[in-house]
Amino acid sequence: MDLLSTAEEWAREGRSVALATVVETWGSAPRPVGSHLLIDADGEFQGSVSGGCVESAVVSEAAEVIASGEPRLLEFGVADETAWRVGLSCGGRIRVFVEKLA
Amino acid sequence: MKLDLLAALNAARAARRPAVVVTALDSGEQRLVLEPAQDPLAAEIGRALASGRSGVVEDAAGRSVFLNVHVPPPRLVLTGAVHIAQTLGPLATALGYQVAVVDPRTAFATPERFPDVELRPEWPDVALPELALDPFTAFAALSHDPKIDDPALARALESGCFYVGALGSRRTHAARLDRLKAQGVPDAALQRIRAPIGLPIGASSPAEIAVSIMAEITAVLRRAELAS
Repeated sequence: MDLLSTAEEWAREGRSVALATVVETWGSAPRPVGSHLLIDADGEFQGSVSGGCVESAVVSEAAEVIASGEPRLLEFGVADETAWRVGLSCGGRIRVFVEKLA
Repeated sequence: MKLDLLAALNAARAARRPAVVVTALDSGEQRLVLEPAQDPLAAEIGRALASGRSGVVEDAAGRSVFLNVHVPPPRLVLTGAVHIAQTLGPLATALGYQVAVVDPRTAFATPERFPDVELRPEWPDVALPELALDPFTAFAALSHDPKIDDPALARALESGCFYVGALGSRRTHAARLDRLKAQGVPDAALQRIRAPIGLPIGASSPAEIAVSIMAEITAVLRRAELAS
């Protein structure tokens, strides 16, 4: 099943769900614009926004988005201090929009 | 994202209908666009749909807005389980197309010759209605047999396939146009048939002709300017 169908199914099961979407990329980003990561309140996730580089950071931000209901725009990349910790191995930069499914 | 919006988006995707989700990145405000012409960002959305690429644009108020484009995966339907189709099928598959090959001649349409595509050893009047040709489908007539190619071409034109090509020399094609015209296919539709099929790259082998056809399909899909 594709990710957006899974998202709908999870929400209909009553799970609290956040959807993360790659909205911009610079340099050699591993996943194209429009790619999704689906996260539930227990931290279970499916899909990919970076091929593994920043997923854990997005999952922890998603928990806060699910709690608050407020969307967030995240940025990851080599220019960012945090990038060295949870950065993109390939040297690209990405912006990820995280929103709650309600 | 509201669950209603997601459900409507998934319904559009299942129906092979193009859809764009517009998101204001500052507020998170969102809408689903199924009729781009009526949207304030009609021009930007039209370009995004044509290229198939999602991205950030600015709205009239200068706010950053993300357009997530959902276009159906393109399909390629061929009549004629011929030598060219044996290369064209896998080539199109590699480019992300769902491929179906229609040919009632069961000696041609064998799984051994076409292991990785949807094979329909049937006449077009049986196979094509089930394949539900649409504007995200490319069609190429390759069988060299008017009994197979003609009805399929008429249906592909009627269904609004984004690409309709037909194999054959100019003389063969002129005869084909006469036949289709006699069957009541309108002139404007007939002019959409690309024949001789494929970009002029000097293709000589069946495999090279497959490359020229795939290049032409790609150019039409991406609305590239082609030298006439």
